[in-house]
Amino acid sequence: MNPLLGRLRKELFATPLDGLITVVLAALIGAGGFSLLHWASSQARWAVIRANSTLFAVGRYPIEQQWRLWLLVALMAAGTGLIWGLLRSHPRPDRGGLLWPRNDWIALVLLLVAGLALPMALGLGLAIQLRWWALAWLLVAVRWWAGRFGPGLSPMVKRLLPLLLPVLYGLGLLLINGGLGLVAVSPAEWGGLLLTLLEASFAILLCFPLGVLLALGRRSDLPLLRWGSVVYIEFIRGAPLITLLFLGQNMLGFLLPGGLAPERVWRAAWVLTLFAAAYLAEAVRSGLAAVPRGQLEAARSLGMSMPQAFLTVVLPQALRVALPTMVGQFISLLQDTTLLSLIGLMELLGTARTVMANPEFLGRNAEVYFTLAVLFWCCCAALGLGSRALERRLDPSAIARSG
Amino acid sequence: MGVSPAPAVLARAAEAVPWWRNRRVLPWLVQLGVALVVLLLVAFLLGNLIRNLTAAGLLLSWNWLGQPAGFDIAETVLPFQASDPYWRGLASGLVNTLRVVLSGLVGSTLLGTLLGMASFSGNGLLRGLTRVYVEVVRNIPLLLQLVFWYFVVFLSLPNGTAAIQLPGVVLAKSGLYLAGFGEGLRWLGPQLVNGVWQAPLRLSVEFGALLTGLIAYSSAFIAEVVRGGIAAVPRGQWEAASSLGLSWFQSLRQVVLPQALRVIVPGLNTQYISLAKNSSLAVAVGYTDLYSVAETSLNQTGRAVEVVLLLLGTYLVLDLFISLIMNGLNRWIQIKER
Repeated sequence: MNPLLGRLRKELFATPLDGLITVVLAALIGAGGFSLLHWASSQARWAVIRANSTLFAVGRYPIEQQWRLWLLVALMAAGTGLIWGLLRSHPRPDRGGLLWPRNDWIALVLLLVAGLALPMALGLGLAIQLRWWALAWLLVAVRWWAGRFGPGLSPMVKRLLPLLLPVLYGLGLLLINGGLGLVAVSPAEWGGLLLTLLEASFAILLCFPLGVLLALGRRSDLPLLRWGSVVYIEFIRGAPLITLLFLGQNMLGFLLPGGLAPERVWRAAWVLTLFAAAYLAEAVRSGLAAVPRGQLEAARSLGMSMPQAFLTVVLPQALRVALPTMVGQFISLLQDTTLLSLIGLMELLGTARTVMANPEFLGRNAEVYFTLAVLFWCCCAALGLGSRALERRLDPSAIARSG
Repeated sequence: MGVSPAPAVLARAAEAVPWWRNRRVLPWLVQLGVALVVLLLVAFLLGNLIRNLTAAGLLLSWNWLGQPAGFDIAETVLPFQASDPYWRGLASGLVNTLRVVLSGLVGSTLLGTLLGMASFSGNGLLRGLTRVYVEVVRNIPLLLQLVFWYFVVFLSLPNGTAAIQLPGVVLAKSGLYLAGFGEGLRWLGPQLVNGVWQAPLRLSVEFGALLTGLIAYSSAFIAEVVRGGIAAVPRGQWEAASSLGLSWFQSLRQVVLPQALRVIVPGLNTQYISLAKNSSLAVAVGYTDLYSVAETSLNQTGRAVEVVLLLLGTYLVLDLFISLIMNGLNRWIQIKER
């Protein structure tokens, strides 16, 4: 018999009961898939998404200032291309020195197709469609350039490269917020995907050092540090995020001297950061526990100072172990930004609420929620995939094998 | 080793290290510094709090709890009217929270265990489907799922005769009607009386949507915990069980699951606590749980500090209670080695 057919039979029709389950499930999947397709193609009115695509993307950000966001996206595309190309240009024995492995070709084609098809499907104006298409090509071009000429860069430049990311982030904040000659745009006008990504990235970046410090505090021999960290971590982990956001919005004004309390958007960002730090601390702590004591002792006996030994020997190993859990925390942090809609911020879900309150789009809940779900799913799944790829790359046994 | 350093060397070393880098003094200095910073921060925040609260005339007081609330709660187990005091309203909210958390715990444990077991099924399609379910549910925010269940699914249920009728259960826009014991302990199904459904047990669509969303979400996480637990049992156990003539289900139930439970229970603890905390998202679907009542109370009285303290304290106690029970369970199922 055909091996594929044989395998299918073993997997799906091993016993009569198995066969029955398979048939019932297949019928259910077929019916569900068909009704979803039917709904999406003939019943759903996608105009609600098309008409509000700008609102979903950036909220009420003033139109005459939106060129700054385009510039930011272009910078991000160039930065992504740069990192991608530099990573690939590193000679790796297991890849045979391939600058363009097969997966990259697939990603590239997908990127260019998405850059062409998605704006078209959304019914954006031709000029904007062209802009997205150009951005996709910019990414590809920078990736090619970095892959081609990256290895020839002087070591000095290479050493400075990691600084590029924080600089890019600061520049992004400046572009969004205004200042230094740019017109200021009040945070109350930020919204949609822009606000979601901003809050999530801010919290992810800042909770990391805080979380590592808390994890160290919890493992410290000094009782005061240990108990302080334990109390903080357990207090935060015991409270639902919504009550903490509520606390941030309602009590921060009382806790700080008058007028010093930050804008609502930043209050929420700080609450998210402090919240995520407690969870991250637990992930890092489990990573630290997995590093044998001998590692620190060996580093110390080589003459390294305590901070040096910790930063260059213990922490990298601990973070590698903690990576899957940490990325899991980041994914749930990204999802948790939806809670900001409950305290009146206009992130994606909050924008969705205002859109659906518009009489013109009344009752178009399903289309809007479906779109948001797809968007979130793609972001979270991409983070998960990236984490798994990084895990494989950092796996010590794989590194040892590839020499 | 055996040779001790000359006293002169020791003396020089002691001179070279200043007193504040002494290994006995340093830890205490660090702790003192941290304590000082924390104390100053707390004093600064508390000072501001007291000053600002005094200025607003809202200094800590619990008298408002006894005043009439003036708002209604749509759905209560503990009877509540607008003329009742705030504390009764908060208690009703707490009972509503406990109701949804308890039903959610039972439902998601059942569904999650089934899904976790299904991911070890011999049927490839069933395995794949569980995988897809888990990946879809875990990568979409819970709040989005809740509003989807409420606004898209439950609020578009038909009413009257068009309602979805299953044996003993009727799903309508006006609520979920379940069969139960009516007057005189007679088994009574849902009935349509003058175009309105009536049944011994009626649940609101808000409760239904919240419960469905919570169960759908938590069961995906519990399925992963169960899957991890079963995967931690060595393959030899399966093989030994089946060579003894046990069927797939028998070997799972009698050999593998009891061993897997030891890995599963600590993971379940985490999931149960997050389910309890997630129940506070009820406010998005209009179910009046503790958080929702607290929010309304705050808006009416302006007592931010008291309300936040009450909320945080209550959820902390709820979490501790769940942890306590799960830790007890954990001790009970551990292997007893003499």
